[in-house]
Amino acid sequence: MVASAEVRVARCGGSRINFIEPIITLDSRFLLCASGDAVHVYSTSTEERVHVLQGHVDLVTGLRLNSSNHLQVYSCSLDGTVKLWDFTDGILIKTYIVGHKIFSLYVSKFHEGTVFIILPMESSANTEAFQLVALHLPKTTGPEVEARDILSVLRDVSPIPKATSFGRGGEFVASASGLQLSVYFFRKQKTYRFSLKANDKKGARNRFTCVASHPNDDCIATGHEDGKIRLWRNFSQKKEYTYSTEHWHHSAVNALHFTPEGTELLSGGVESVLVLWRYGAGSKKDFVPRLGSAIEHISVSPDGSLYCTSHKDNKIVVMKSSRDISAIIQGLVKGETIRTDLLIDPRTKALVCNGKPGHLQFFSLRHDKQLYNLDIVQQEYIHEAGLHQCEVTKAAIDAQGSWLATVEERQENPEELDIILKLWAYDESTQSFHLNTSISMAHEGQISAMCFSGDAEATMLVTTGRDGHFKAWLLADHPDAQGEGASWSCDYVGSYHRREPTRCCFSADGSLLAVGFGEVVTVWSPSTWELLVTFSQPPGDIRDLCFGRLSCSKYLLGTTTKNLLCCWNLLTCSLEWSSTVDVILLQPDPLSENMAAFSRASGSTDLFVFKPSEPRPLFSQKAVCSGTVRRAVFAPREEVLEGCDESTQWLSCSRLYFLTEHMELMTFSTKSEEDQIIASSKQLVIDDSVAVTPFYLLLGKHRKSQRETQDSVSSHTAARIQLPQGSPAIRELLHTPAHVLPSASFLCNMFVNSLLISKSGVR
Amino acid sequence: MASYKATRIPSFPRLGEKVTQDTLYWRNYKTPVQIKEFGAVTKIDFSPLSPHNYAVTASTRIHIYGPYSQEPVKSFTRFKDTAYSGTFRSDGQLLVAGSEEALIRLFDVSGRVALREYTGHSKAVHFTDFSADRFHILSGSDDYTCRLWDIPSSAEVSRYSEHTDYVRCGTPSRLNPDVFITGSYDHTVKVFDSRKERSVMTMDHGQPVESVLLFPSEGLLVSAGGRYVKVWDMLKGGQVLVSLKNHHKTVTCLCMSSTGQRLLSGSLDRHVKVYSTTTYKVVHNFDYAASILSIALAPNDDSIIAGMTNGVLSVKHKKHPEDRKMVGGTSRHRPAYRVFVKGKNYMPKQDDFLVRKREKAHLKQYDKELKRFQVSKALDSVLKPHVRLKTPEVTVAVIQELNRRGTLKNALAGRDEKGLSILLSFLIRNVVDSRFAPILLTVAEMVLDIYMKVVGQSAVVDKQILKLQELVEKEIDYQQELMEVLGMMDTLFATMTAKKEP
Repeated sequence: MVASAEVRVARCGGSRINFIEPIITLDSRFLLCASGDAVHVYSTSTEERVHVLQGHVDLVTGLRLNSSNHLQVYSCSLDGTVKLWDFTDGILIKTYIVGHKIFSLYVSKFHEGTVFIILPMESSANTEAFQLVALHLPKTTGPEVEARDILSVLRDVSPIPKATSFGRGGEFVASASGLQLSVYFFRKQKTYRFSLKANDKKGARNRFTCVASHPNDDCIATGHEDGKIRLWRNFSQKKEYTYSTEHWHHSAVNALHFTPEGTELLSGGVESVLVLWRYGAGSKKDFVPRLGSAIEHISVSPDGSLYCTSHKDNKIVVMKSSRDISAIIQGLVKGETIRTDLLIDPRTKALVCNGKPGHLQFFSLRHDKQLYNLDIVQQEYIHEAGLHQCEVTKAAIDAQGSWLATVEERQENPEELDIILKLWAYDESTQSFHLNTSISMAHEGQISAMCFSGDAEATMLVTTGRDGHFKAWLLADHPDAQGEGASWSCDYVGSYHRREPTRCCFSADGSLLAVGFGEVVTVWSPSTWELLVTFSQPPGDIRDLCFGRLSCSKYLLGTTTKNLLCCWNLLTCSLEWSSTVDVILLQPDPLSENMAAFSRASGSTDLFVFKPSEPRPLFSQKAVCSGTVRRAVFAPREEVLEGCDESTQWLSCSRLYFLTEHMELMTFSTKSEEDQIIASSKQLVIDDSVAVTPFYLLLGKHRKSQRETQDSVSSHTAARIQLPQGSPAIRELLHTPAHVLPSASFLCNMFVNSLLISKSGVR
Repeated sequence: MASYKATRIPSFPRLGEKVTQDTLYWRNYKTPVQIKEFGAVTKIDFSPLSPHNYAVTASTRIHIYGPYSQEPVKSFTRFKDTAYSGTFRSDGQLLVAGSEEALIRLFDVSGRVALREYTGHSKAVHFTDFSADRFHILSGSDDYTCRLWDIPSSAEVSRYSEHTDYVRCGTPSRLNPDVFITGSYDHTVKVFDSRKERSVMTMDHGQPVESVLLFPSEGLLVSAGGRYVKVWDMLKGGQVLVSLKNHHKTVTCLCMSSTGQRLLSGSLDRHVKVYSTTTYKVVHNFDYAASILSIALAPNDDSIIAGMTNGVLSVKHKKHPEDRKMVGGTSRHRPAYRVFVKGKNYMPKQDDFLVRKREKAHLKQYDKELKRFQVSKALDSVLKPHVRLKTPEVTVAVIQELNRRGTLKNALAGRDEKGLSILLSFLIRNVVDSRFAPILLTVAEMVLDIYMKVVGQSAVVDKQILKLQELVEKEIDYQQELMEVLGMMDTLFATMTAKKEP
């Protein structure tokens, strides 16, 4: 076993940006959203990421602007801290340590120096109970402060941030949990509770989903599970409260928000339509339809000029109040399941997998950014729960990246199965894939596997179906059909003793095709369609098949469901070796002979990297992640990693990415690589408040060179100025905004010290 | 806000022949003009001179027709028995014809009486033609000989009696005045040179030769006889280049298109086939009412004329773009071109700020309704007569879309008698179509489920439901029979493969 200290498993991007509601700054220039344990600052006009506020060590659960200073933002996290940031510079100003898990954060203008947070109730044994507390922030200096001054406001609240809302600038707080709405008035220090019945006569589900308070009127809007919106008034009395009901949504209202002036109420849900209700005008409403995916959160900029919706498919849409969409910030789309394999697009080196329903997403791993979405299904998506949607179940890209094959499937009941095999050609001029051939019902049953041959001249696609056949598809020119160009057609249909094919795999040069039928592996010659040889290692069906590459191309590897990893020699047609490992996933590296095998072992997954020709694994790591690994892929590196020792050699040409059970994208990184990244990030000190757009990089370089020429001309002045500017202390002093600086007397000592020339410097 | 995605109408592969360049070319002829002759039309020959009159030999007459006339411009009727092979000389002044009376007659095209008569053959003369130097006449006869005559002196120049059966066809070389080719019922095609005593080349066709034709280059020779059309390479000493067997009865006549790119063959099976002379594949096919004996193409392919055994001459003229203009001469006044380009041909200047109009996606009526989730209206819009009759695939695609949305039942429900009968008539028309069957069966089931309670209230609907039931039952029977046939064929195939293996 090789020591694995050098290599570690790292999270790599693609975290959720729709976890909590995003906030827009006062000047509407930036949008802040939580992404995993960091806060991302995006520009609302260019969609570019300006800063990443890193400092929390657990999921960020709340984000609010500081009501007394609009350039600062509070964030809270499950790690039990509240942090105050300067988001224009990306600086952490202060950390307040609370010591409990914080689930949500609110601020109110009414209460300066206090933030409201939701904590689990300490006293009760029940971990499901939460309370809203007021946290007084101590005004002591220093970067880390213990904040223990907690005052309980409301008990038994919901931990979901959108179920609590502060009204009329903070005169009261309304919070809903289950079937109960609680309103607490700070002046009166009194709580009113209103309950709804669990079930109306019509079978409506009355549970509260979200709460919003009118900014300057005594009105609370609540959203319900059945799609109703209730507007509560006169709730300062126990008995004589009233509410009016509006109903447009057909399923639960996910988000509610009032505009800052209170003229409009915004609501959204699964329908992915943003509904704008006019306040006080009955049920008059406007719609912004087809936003792409279910709305999770809605927020409005403080001046009311921008609306912002965050969606279930990890997307944030920024639109102007005129309903024109101004920006879309899209992260890696992760559904509950992933049906396609992870693929690497050879042209863009992007990760290709299931994205939005019916789409394939191309996600750049290097820039942690979605490149584009390819619409596979090309049908209007109907946002309705319980509807059988068309799903992309298989995808394959050929070695040159010029053809993409996709399979979409829709199954309403076991008899009615709709399968369409689509082949997409890469168009150089538009830089995207275009539909070439669409084959409906390519197989009678579901398509279980699909692969392209590696042969560059004659690309061939092989699909295996549950109907007991495997089919080979070839690109053929039809001279009769003029103006249509080449399209794909079936070349060969093969079967083996009426068994069901499960896997197929081409050798690297495309001269051999291996198809797994149950427990038998058959090897075919694609040029003549002759069955060359069969292998079998009963009992246990074939789970994965792959050919060795480069120097190991004489080997065929297979894994079975009965814990066996076999390696057959194709020259002698015999079993070379086998070992008893429960391999759930076998992934070859396209650039080397290496193979990665993920095996299941007592609740976690182990990784082995080996060469088929060598008995000893190159690398192995126990417990890579908890649970199983869903998919894995080797992605080629942009440049070969140097300075690798024996144990990290397998990571030199390509990186291994994998998706865990919880749909987290992970990778393996070496220590030397991380050091390099840290070093490079230090060099990349960029001018503040300017987004690192490609435009900036272009112009910034130009400016820099201009400045250098100026400097050389006025070298004598430069020599004088160089001293104070070069010092890091001075620099920090000049670049930190004045309002966050400590008093001048405190800085004086530091300033003077920095001017002194140290002894070592002279020498 | 993504735009609405229109319903995808699947395109089904079109059955039947594909439209190629050739079909377009050969279909570009008007409906044929039928001219009744007195007997079977055995020969049609075009004058090489400009109005391109053509001589039609039928029964005891030779008629000369003008290019667009239906009445003969001139006719030669002085034959006592059947005339054969009325052929123009290359200057268009003289016409030669053989006849059943073993005579060869030479006519002046403007005259009426024969200029010369050539006697010598002892039996009917089926083939006459002029040599390339214009001074000689070739003839082939049922007395197994072929002869060369001098025109002015009406003397026999030479005689070849190598054939052992009737000589029924032949062709002179256009490039060499001494060479001519004859085809005979003794299955051979012979090449003669008048400077030599004997034939210079003999090719065995295998069937009685009915027609021979030289390519314009004269490197290739085509012969027709039996069901075969054979192409011979003359420069390789008479080697067969390709043998075409596309007719199912005797091929009687051959003809070349004006460019030499296409070869036409007419046959007793009432078809004319057009071959490409590069690939020798059939590129087009004409059907006629009766067996074809002769065919000719006007210069520039302006008309196709076919003569048939029942004495009908079919003349097809090419459509010209000018003709169409003549027909639609009284067309309505259309808006001027500038109306359409108004405001669109403005070239923006350098400092202009361009404000584009938002392009509005055009949606079909059913898409508009689907976008508004008006499912019943969407279904109504595709059940309109012109949609459901002309493009049933659109109707089925919308039904499929409704099914995908889970609202098909809502769309089908709530129809009155008229609406329901339209829906049922659509089902009756299309439910057995294999392309639409899966979804339409679901629709039929749903319709029966929904309207079960009102059955018996309307005679029209009841009748249609019964008809639908009958149709479905019949289809099930068909399918069962087909499965039986398939099973039988499977056993047959299985026995065949079993025999092959040992």
